[in-house]
Amino acid sequence: MITTFRRLSLTVLAGTAALALAALPGTAQDHPDKVKIGYAVSKTGANAGGAAMTTIPNYKLWLSDLEAKGGLEMPDGTKIPVELIEYDDRSSAEEVVRAVERLAGQDEAHFILPPWGTGFNLAVAPLFDRYGYPQLAVSAVTDKAPDFVKRWPKSFWFLGGGHDYTNALATLLADQVKAGVINSKVAMISVADGFGIDLVTAARPSFKEAGLDVVMDQTYPVGTQDFTTILNEAKASGADTFVAFSYPPGTFALTQQAQVNSFNPKVLYLGVGVGFPPYGANLGEKAEGIMTLGGIDPANESNKAYRERHNEVNGQYPDLWGSVITYASLQMLEEAIKRVGLDREAVSKELSTGTFETVLGETSLQDNQLRNLWLVGQWQDGTLAGVAPADRKGASKAKLPKQPW
Amino acid sequence: MIAAFSFTALAAVFTALAAAPFFLGTYGTGFLLGLVGYVTLASAWALFSGPTRYVSLATVAFFGIGAYTVAVLYETLPSWLVLVVAALIGLVVALLVGLSTLRLAGVYFVIFTFGLAELIRQIVTWYEVNITGTLGRYLFVDYGPEVVYWKLLALCAVTLAIGYLVKRSRWGLALKMIGDDEVVAEHCGLPTARVKLALFAASSVIITLVGAIQAPRWTYIEPTIVFNPTISFLTLIMALLGGAGRLWGPVVGAVPLFLLFEWLSANFPDHYSIILGLLFIAIVFVLPNGVLGFLEEHWTRLRANRSAKSDLEKREAG
Repeated sequence: MITTFRRLSLTVLAGTAALALAALPGTAQDHPDKVKIGYAVSKTGANAGGAAMTTIPNYKLWLSDLEAKGGLEMPDGTKIPVELIEYDDRSSAEEVVRAVERLAGQDEAHFILPPWGTGFNLAVAPLFDRYGYPQLAVSAVTDKAPDFVKRWPKSFWFLGGGHDYTNALATLLADQVKAGVINSKVAMISVADGFGIDLVTAARPSFKEAGLDVVMDQTYPVGTQDFTTILNEAKASGADTFVAFSYPPGTFALTQQAQVNSFNPKVLYLGVGVGFPPYGANLGEKAEGIMTLGGIDPANESNKAYRERHNEVNGQYPDLWGSVITYASLQMLEEAIKRVGLDREAVSKELSTGTFETVLGETSLQDNQLRNLWLVGQWQDGTLAGVAPADRKGASKAKLPKQPW
Repeated sequence: MIAAFSFTALAAVFTALAAAPFFLGTYGTGFLLGLVGYVTLASAWALFSGPTRYVSLATVAFFGIGAYTVAVLYETLPSWLVLVVAALIGLVVALLVGLSTLRLAGVYFVIFTFGLAELIRQIVTWYEVNITGTLGRYLFVDYGPEVVYWKLLALCAVTLAIGYLVKRSRWGLALKMIGDDEVVAEHCGLPTARVKLALFAASSVIITLVGAIQAPRWTYIEPTIVFNPTISFLTLIMALLGGAGRLWGPVVGAVPLFLLFEWLSANFPDHYSIILGLLFIAIVFVLPNGVLGFLEEHWTRLRANRSAKSDLEKREAG
């Protein structure tokens, strides 16, 4: 009697154990019907312009690529279709936080793609961390990335910090001074907004260290359209280098007014907007020699193919700074899932330590940051070629001085 | 008797709300947090603007001041003291603004308050750019949304209590008179400027506190984030929908609108703005006195109809 009972209980126990094992998530072949990928991004409001340029088209492109492939590939080769959940954060910090809470808590998304902008990526970082989602923050320029990685170990930062860009520019300028191409005077202006302030604050020490002489350092309010006085002052300052950490409307206005005022510095460096494809297309020959942040390797074939596909799917070419990196980050995510499955912990680890073949070429992260970036780009032969860091593979040579308009 | 009953019912509702985070997930808590935030904003807004009918678009100015105060001081002072400082700054700004503008009326006041939000945002930007050399501030706290929610809920209760007490006091009567006809009120010997100023200050301090309590939700504070004019507009439309002149009006307006926004942004992310615009137009045309006003009006009309009918029947019978 007792033995029977024992045997019975043993069988029950074994059965339960087997059941429990089978029910455990992550065991092979145990895939969901669909992989839920969610994102909240600014479709309307103040941030919509940036999101519509760098973020949303690349999400769309990636998802359409996945659809064409039949879904996300798992380690065992099965392909699972993707279900997309998208929200509009309406450019409000409270909305983006709640939308991510909804994605994680209600929709139980398998993976969440990050929002657009430094501020919004930071706003959702504690949530990604609490729920254990890897956060592939691309559209966020911040010098504090190393601190953030310590605070949120599953956060990844792809666009570098202000110092990276200004140090690279300073090195490039100092080399030109040494070569006798330009004098050491720099006239510098910046927009009074997050981007402009971060970069100009980084640029001051960078330029000083490089032995450059900042003869003009002015900040202008967001929305400024008339730069005549500023340009005249820059002209009078005797500086061969004009640097503007500007935002798109200002960048376009500066370009136009520099032509009207026949302002011809030997180095013309402008901010966000120079990398937008219409900028080069509209200016044509005149764009040659203008410098900015970002750039691409013109000889990179996979990048070329990416740009064409982007145009096919979205009806517009990608910008030449953040877009390609956004797409590369998604390729990394896809590849990491293919290697380790849907376990977010393992995916984060793979992202952090693995090496990936992306549209950027061979890509890997150091301390959860993409460090292999084009920091200075210059329009050359109709494309924005990466010219710094000069020792990076595929770097073009900076062509200075810039020819007059 | 009825008062005691409604008080008990209210206490029960608030207790249930306070316990909600233990049963709801993070999303549920975050949702309630947003809801209570807007209920408090709309109620605080209506505290001043309801009876006086001064339409203020300065909500986000005070909201942003609160958020910035926290971002600047949260590392140096204990959190309760930060809230006190935020409230004091809100009070000082409200008094300054109130003293210089409450003699304005009508559309001039609306325009001024809208400009005020922009002015304060520009001042903060200027200060950050020229003095601190950075625009964004980081705000790391070690508590979750529940704590933010509880603080907001407490503030919400206090706001409703203030609204209730003001309505029952001589102040409420004075405000009502100012709203109906300011000239007459003045001729009756009411210190109109002082009454308006006091209420404006109270309302602004509450709004400042909402900003201060909610700021840790965003980790990163920037003028464009905390001085987002949408906050002013949403507060206004919520209060107007419910009926700004009534104690429960803003609550009645804020709750369904917030639910609607949430539903719209979850289900129609691409058409949100269009639907919202149509809704605003509908509110102004169909419910100019708010939902409560609409119900009240129809209720009285219904009763009047009924009594008229029964009168008629009686007469016919007689």
